Amino acid sequence: MGPNTATTAKPGSVDDQSVDAPLLEPQVDNQRDLPPEPSGVMECEDLNVYYGDFHAVHDVNLIFGRHEITALIGPSGCGKTTVLRCLNRMNDLVAGARVAGRVAYHGADIYDSKVDAIEVRRRIGMVFQKPNPFPKSIYDNVAYGPRVIGMEVDDLDSHVEGALRDAALWDEVKDKLKQSAFGLSGGQQQRLCIARTIATKPDVILMDEPCSSLDPIATSHIEDLMVDLREQYTIIIVTHNMQQAARVSDRTAFFTARPDETTGNRTGLLVEFDQTKTIFSNPSDRRTEAYISGRFG
Amino acid sequence: MTTTAPIISVTGGDDPGPTSLAGSRRPGEMVVMLLLRVAAFVSVAVTVGIVIALVGPALNFFQQVPVSDFLFGTTWRPNFAPTEYGALPLVAGTLMTTLVGMIVAIPFGLGAAMYLSEYASPRVRRVLKPVLELLAGIPSVVYGFFALQFITPTLLRAWLGVEVGFTNALAAGIVLGVMIIPTIASLSEDAMSAVPDALRQGSLAMGANRMQTTLRVVFPAAISGIAAAIVLGISRGVGETMIVALAAGSQPNLSPDVREGMQTMTGYIANTAGGENIVGSVSYNTLFAVGLLLFMITLVINMISIVLVRRIREVY
Ligand SMILES: Nc1ncnc2c1ncn2[C@@H]1O[C@H](COP(=O)(O)OP(=O)(O)O)[C@@H](O)[C@H]1O
Ligand SMILES: [Mg+2]
Repeated sequence: MGPNTATTAKPGSVDDQSVDAPLLEPQVDNQRDLPPEPSGVMECEDLNVYYGDFHAVHDVNLIFGRHEITALIGPSGCGKTTVLRCLNRMNDLVAGARVAGRVAYHGADIYDSKVDAIEVRRRIGMVFQKPNPFPKSIYDNVAYGPRVIGMEVDDLDSHVEGALRDAALWDEVKDKLKQSAFGLSGGQQQRLCIARTIATKPDVILMDEPCSSLDPIATSHIEDLMVDLREQYTIIIVTHNMQQAARVSDRTAFFTARPDETTGNRTGLLVEFDQTKTIFSNPSDRRTEAYISGRFG
Repeated sequence: MTTTAPIISVTGGDDPGPTSLAGSRRPGEMVVMLLLRVAAFVSVAVTVGIVIALVGPALNFFQQVPVSDFLFGTTWRPNFAPTEYGALPLVAGTLMTTLVGMIVAIPFGLGAAMYLSEYASPRVRRVLKPVLELLAGIPSVVYGFFALQFITPTLLRAWLGVEVGFTNALAAGIVLGVMIIPTIASLSEDAMSAVPDALRQGSLAMGANRMQTTLRVVFPAAISGIAAAIVLGISRGVGETMIVALAAGSQPNLSPDVREGMQTMTGYIANTAGGENIVGSVSYNTLFAVGLLLFMITLVINMISIVLVRRIREVY
């Protein structure tokens, strides 16, 4: 079954569903047997994030399983992007951002003072919300990572080809590798960004709403791609599209934001984390149920 | 509201009625448009006028001196017999001082731009950028004096032990470069700051460090703006007068050795225009021929820069 035929509702956000729509059934793709507890590649323990005085994320505890796709879902502003950006220290680049708690990668705290953020990012790659290819040729976009990190590859051409094949883009671009990446469509650009990321052979790939600027066909390409990539990579994806989470992810973490009584600031927190099929068919928290059935914006 | 009355009065006294969309053309806007149009035409007219004023006497000059002698002759001796009107020494003087200037200005200007755009904290940038631009406001006669009084005797002779003449192309070129640094730094910084942050993030997220991101992503993305900044710097160097008139010397000298004094095109014009020249004489007309050549060179350089700036919009 293709991803587009599967769901009862239109692809889109929670707003597309009527108030008492039936709970979504998880799709074929993630009905594989999972260990009850993920074998963690990465782990957050009591993760708290602050932007200056603003407490953005409160006490998040998560384990990201090897060769699994973990989806982070929840309403806008609940801190999904913030949590994701903590996982490869991209928040280091935000002035005023502060991370407390522990983020472990294969058991080692990536915020340890001896850890080099650049080394972290070489192992934990990231695909952004909006495709952001470099103003370079398609080839040079993919070759960029291996070149700057001094990766030892036998043959850069075939390495680039391999990454483009893995990103399901090779056939569309093989005749125009020397052309600017800006000539590609949005969906192709996003797959190029995925190719660029996997060209450095990371261990974990973070994706922040990678389909939010794409049309449904390009979206389904990327979703198929994610499921393929799961065989080799551990994938963590932020999405506000619940059907997407249901279609591609193995486990789902549902976040929400709780206003502070005194300041009114909305601090994000993790409500529930479980196998995707459980989250979508039998959530244990009322807020999760309300959100995925569309009773909560 | 209290502000409604004046707004209505501006749109015209003859009230067209509440349902009519007809309105008189706003007279204030017409006046403004007219003034702006006049301003635009005046600046074009002045440019055309300058060219015409240059071309007339220059044509007279070229009736007496063949264009090829002027462009390719290697001796410039307009005031003593036997007179020779080969402009190459002046062109070379201009090129040598500008070259030295660019050797100073490009690395420092681009370094400053990279620092300001990619490394400096917003606070540092807020302080440093205006200071840098202040350098551009120093009158060039001050720079020229500085070259004569400090660069030549102290920096070059005493500290670096370079044997240079009292006037020399090296000292003039160095301060020329210092004068051009703010131009290159400021325009290049603008071009680099205009590069979307998403590109930097994409690079850093792949494990590139900041220097790699700056050199391999930001710099190429901003390259047409940076090139335009450099071209503008060159044209400022070519056109700069006071520094070279003071510090480079007044001896036409076709030599690659920048330790020697040289006269530039602008330097020649500045020196000669101040002297006594019989209107219509050949030496009077040389001013216009050299002026026209200078004008053409700067025009070509500026045209290159316009094309480069236009291309910047196509990059991302
Ligand atoms: N760079 C930042 N500086 C200050 N506040 C931020 C920054 N980025 C995000 N925030 C705030 O943190 C909260 C969580 O944001 P984000 O992680 O982007 O949420 P989500 O991705 O779930 O929509 C929001 O209230 C947002 O306004
Ligand atoms: Mg987000």
